[in-house]
Amino acid sequence: MNLITPDSGLLFWMVLIFGIVFFLLAKFGFPVITSMVEKRNETIEKSLKDAKEIELKMTEMVQDHARMLEEARKEQAQILREATDSRKQILEQAKTDAREEADKIVTEARARIADEKESAMRDIRREAALLSVGVAEKILREELSSEKAQQAYLERLVDEVARENEQVS
Amino acid sequence: MIRVLLISVLMLLQALSVPEGDSLSSASLRDPVRANAPERESPSGTEAEGNDLNVAEIIFDHIGDDYEWHIASWGDRHLILHLPVIVHSSTGWHVFSSRHLENGASWEGLKIDPEKGKIIEADSGKRPFDISITKNVLALMFSCLLLLAVVLCTARWYRRHDVLKETPTGIAALMEPLIMMVHNMARENIGEEDYRKFSPYLCMAFLFILFNNFLGIVPFFPGGANLTGNIAVTLVLALFTFFTVNIFGTKHYYKEIFAPDVPGFLKPIMPVIEVFSAMMKPVSLTIRLFANMLAGHIMILSIVCVIFIMAKYGAVMLGSMSVISVLFGVFLDALECLVAFIQAYVFTMLSSIYIGLARQKGD
Repeated sequence: MNLITPDSGLLFWMVLIFGIVFFLLAKFGFPVITSMVEKRNETIEKSLKDAKEIELKMTEMVQDHARMLEEARKEQAQILREATDSRKQILEQAKTDAREEADKIVTEARARIADEKESAMRDIRREAALLSVGVAEKILREELSSEKAQQAYLERLVDEVARENEQVS
Repeated sequence: MIRVLLISVLMLLQALSVPEGDSLSSASLRDPVRANAPERESPSGTEAEGNDLNVAEIIFDHIGDDYEWHIASWGDRHLILHLPVIVHSSTGWHVFSSRHLENGASWEGLKIDPEKGKIIEADSGKRPFDISITKNVLALMFSCLLLLAVVLCTARWYRRHDVLKETPTGIAALMEPLIMMVHNMARENIGEEDYRKFSPYLCMAFLFILFNNFLGIVPFFPGGANLTGNIAVTLVLALFTFFTVNIFGTKHYYKEIFAPDVPGFLKPIMPVIEVFSAMMKPVSLTIRLFANMLAGHIMILSIVCVIFIMAKYGAVMLGSMSVISVLFGVFLDALECLVAFIQAYVFTMLSSIYIGLARQKGD
């Protein structure tokens, strides 16, 4: 039948045309396209690999950064704590110092007051002794001005001494 | 889809414009040589009366080769492209337009054989050496020019642009995935070392089949020729693969064929089987592509012809069957688009596998 018998003319043209077109395209067509696309694919592959590496590096950097941040924060906290501590300490110290100073001042003041008091008392006592001696002089001069009174006084003194002696024995 | 609509519209108009009773014969009248061919029995049995539609003839007219290209008909007028006849008969070379051979006329001692539709010598009936530009040859030239233009334009795009900075546009963006698909297929099936040598052939075979398959689906000139459904074309393609396989076959490949490593009693049988199998590979490639594409064309044409068979059963039958056959035709055309790609892919894939098998270096 016609359909399954290859026609010689078509066979001839097919071989000729297919051959020519194949020759042209194999020389100027397909290799150009495939080599360019392969070049592009290689570049893309390389870029992807690079991108992955960069990403890895980025992750590391981010981690580093985070760690550094964390450390800095810790340090900051520590410094703050230390500052607080030292402030407290200084305050404490200042208070203690102030208290001690105050105490010292108070003690000194007290000592001085006591001294002043002492000396004032001494003065008063001396004054009082002088006064009483004066007063006693005057009184004795008045009472012992007569012979009789002198005698009576002496007698009484003798009596007293005698009584004291009896009591002792 | 376009084919179905166009053919049905044209044929309906043709049927309506001619007086009743005679309406359906116009298609057969257009080529009396073929219409008189006695062996063309219609499978649907509509050739009971002389005036009836000859479905088989219409179909074979569309899928076969011809010395003229019938582009369109309008009533009694036909737009026909008469193609050049180039033959070498016993009287030497003859080159003339096929117009001179219309209606069985003879010219320069040559005429068209009414039975086979081929040019023969008028007196002796011998078949001369015939390399006429027939319908299929013209379609082949057209599709190859298209293929050349498309691929060279794509290549030019890659020459003129920096692929690292630009993405392909236009025709390059369309062709790149196809070409790279075949290129990668070659790499997978042939192997990393020498796939580059065979990739251009596989790309060429794939795009050639793909272009011609799709042009075959296009219903109007210059598409519509049944080129990949022609056994001469598929045979040449398969032979190209066959020669590529056997010329570039390695020692290991030939050892597998002629001295395979099998038990002693199989030694004399195996080469026979292997040689036979090597011969059958191009045959199977030929028949697979040819039969698939031919069957697709016949199916679509048959579905379209249902409309014209139904015309004599009245308006209701004609209307309802037209709707059904148009719907079915749309489905078949979509299917054919799929088949067009699959068959190109399968042919290329099998070729690359055969080449890959012939290139093995042995374990």
